[in-house]
Amino acid sequence: MVAVPETVERVRRIDVDQYRYGFETLIESDKAPKGLSEDTVRFISAKKNEPAWMLEWRLEAYRRWLTMTEPTWARVNYPKIDYQDIYYYAAPKPKKTLSSIDEIDPEILKTYEKLGIPLREVAILEGVEPPPGGEPSANRKIAVDAVFDSVSVATTFQKELKAAGVIFMPISEAIREHPELVQKYLGTVVPTSDNYFATLNSAVFSDGSFVYVPPGVRCPMELSTYFRINERNTGQFERTLIIADKGSYVSYLEGCTAPQRDENQLHAAVVELVTLDDAEIKYSTVQNWYPGNSEGKGGIYNFVTKRGDCRGRNSKISWTQVETGSAITWKYPSCILRGDNSSGEFYSIAISNGFQQVDSGTKMIHLGKNTSSRIISKGIAAGKSQNTYRGLVSAHRKATGARNYTACDSLLIGDKCGAHTVPYVEAKNFSATFEHEATTSKISEDVLFYCIQRGLSQEEAVGLVVNGFAKDVLQKLPMEFAVEAQKLISISLEGSVG
Amino acid sequence: MALLEVRDLHVGIEDCEILRGLDLTVNAGEVHAIMGPNGSGKSTLSRVISGKPGYQVSAGQILFKDEDLLAMEADERAAKGVFLAFQYPVEIPGVTTMNFLRAALNAQRKARAQMEFSTPDFMKRVREVAKSLNIPQGMLKRGLNVGYSGGEKKRNEILQMALFEPSLCILDEIDSGLDIDALRIVAGGINALRSPERAMIVITHYRRLLDHIVPDVVHVMSKGQVRKSGGKELALELEARGYAQFEDAA
Repeated sequence: MVAVPETVERVRRIDVDQYRYGFETLIESDKAPKGLSEDTVRFISAKKNEPAWMLEWRLEAYRRWLTMTEPTWARVNYPKIDYQDIYYYAAPKPKKTLSSIDEIDPEILKTYEKLGIPLREVAILEGVEPPPGGEPSANRKIAVDAVFDSVSVATTFQKELKAAGVIFMPISEAIREHPELVQKYLGTVVPTSDNYFATLNSAVFSDGSFVYVPPGVRCPMELSTYFRINERNTGQFERTLIIADKGSYVSYLEGCTAPQRDENQLHAAVVELVTLDDAEIKYSTVQNWYPGNSEGKGGIYNFVTKRGDCRGRNSKISWTQVETGSAITWKYPSCILRGDNSSGEFYSIAISNGFQQVDSGTKMIHLGKNTSSRIISKGIAAGKSQNTYRGLVSAHRKATGARNYTACDSLLIGDKCGAHTVPYVEAKNFSATFEHEATTSKISEDVLFYCIQRGLSQEEAVGLVVNGFAKDVLQKLPMEFAVEAQKLISISLEGSVG
Repeated sequence: MALLEVRDLHVGIEDCEILRGLDLTVNAGEVHAIMGPNGSGKSTLSRVISGKPGYQVSAGQILFKDEDLLAMEADERAAKGVFLAFQYPVEIPGVTTMNFLRAALNAQRKARAQMEFSTPDFMKRVREVAKSLNIPQGMLKRGLNVGYSGGEKKRNEILQMALFEPSLCILDEIDSGLDIDALRIVAGGINALRSPERAMIVITHYRRLLDHIVPDVVHVMSKGQVRKSGGKELALELEARGYAQFEDAA
């Protein structure tokens, strides 16, 4: 039995209009002239005091981008983007070199406070610093890099990370301070020619995070970046590069929000992960960009290229994502399983409501021997949204013993939304074992009535059922994020601000 | 004042009238059995009292503790003390029975402006009740009703009834799909909840259940009305002579 009209209507009404991160911070900013040209690229490079090689790299990407066309294969519809009507660089003003967090514009600090992001160096759960000389208690802390429009405004816990040998800094700084590492790895996972949006990003990216974990080091705390688009008509093009050297481990969290605006804004990020022998990266995202209003006006166009390269033997990359925001999501965090015995994981919850369109999934490219991958995708569609899982699992000729398990489950709320599953499977090696399971279900009126008869409100009932549906993936998130994600799932479907 | 007063209730679904002027008065402390053939409107009555959407009430009223029940949402009715034990309890994967119980109980308590239970108090209470119903602890950690046998699902309904302490319990064919032993456990659980403050409406096809849960009043329903009411001996009469005589009376 399908949800009755009352339920559907209620879910529709309470949805996206209640985006609670939609406020704007009034702050002066320093912008590049509108539009995209070689001059824009030079402007950004100069703002960042970049070395000549970096500028060349960008210009090459820009020239290639001019020869490319926007991809149309995804199941998303949007009016043509005018790439000359976007600001490619905006930085909060005044921009002087900051030596401590206290020098950050208080307006920006307030913004992050409103977002619930701990920029001040505080322990997350206890809210206290360890006693002087005491052991820093690793698992209670999260080091944060905050990116506001085009620049990184603060990175916390620098000292403690440095003691462990971990480099965690804005990529703009890493280009200047660790050029050998950046040059060695930048663009080796997502080449400048990779795809239309990744190439655009290569030309104009302004900031993002850089992480290097040296051999044998287990990063002493979770690393985290919060991205915030504030300026009007501004695109955000962040670039993240994470390298886990031999035998190291790092867990990285990413969160994003933007103000509520009538016009659409472009977000085209690139994330590159590299794991060497026996290393592991766990990358978690809670994406909550502004999804547009209930009529489908406004919202972020989220065209993101995320890819990890398991370059070393026995290395592992695990992607976990909770996608609730954005008008359009076009995103396929992938793993190249190059090293023998390497493994890749993709755990995803994608929620669409209102007029949101999601086309997301993953690619697991098995190249090495005895590589394994696992895909668990939970799509939840409500309102008039369209939710597509698109995934590729492939085994190279030489990928003896490749194994994949894929489970794609879709949940529909109402009868005006759609869920689609588009799996591609290519096995060129006879020893490959690929399994694929997919289900589609609806929240039935009987289930809702049962919950409501027991005293839960309609909204609580929907939230409960959806959280149950997404549980397998929620369990993969770090604890602090799991709580946040659970709330977010309820909010994006219910509007009841918890 | 009666606990529940149903007056001249007319209810339809998609242009088809199911209840055609039903009257029913239930006082606190009483157990009423409603019997009747398939399609007589027994289950519809239980759903309309508990507030399932999709039914059109064209005439009549339902008073519960002197308040207009039809003006309330189903969750408000639950918080006021109306409980329906479902004939077919639903499964909710990924939500453990324990979590479901806590969410529901706290939602009801919140609606009544009562303090939420602390976790240890709640767990203790659930364990006690579960034990009395022969429900193993492991079952509470599984998804709600997921993989439960028919008997386990029904016991889980009684567990909730015991936990929420409602003042009106409607049991819709609680005996369906139960073997003799399960029936005894479920009936025992229900009998343990009989009290002067609480009323029960037991809907069933079979007299067998009423050997275990002895009613104060038996009603015979047919074609959307209560055709005859009497004491527990009415159930015996029904079993001997069938429902046909009441249908003819219509």
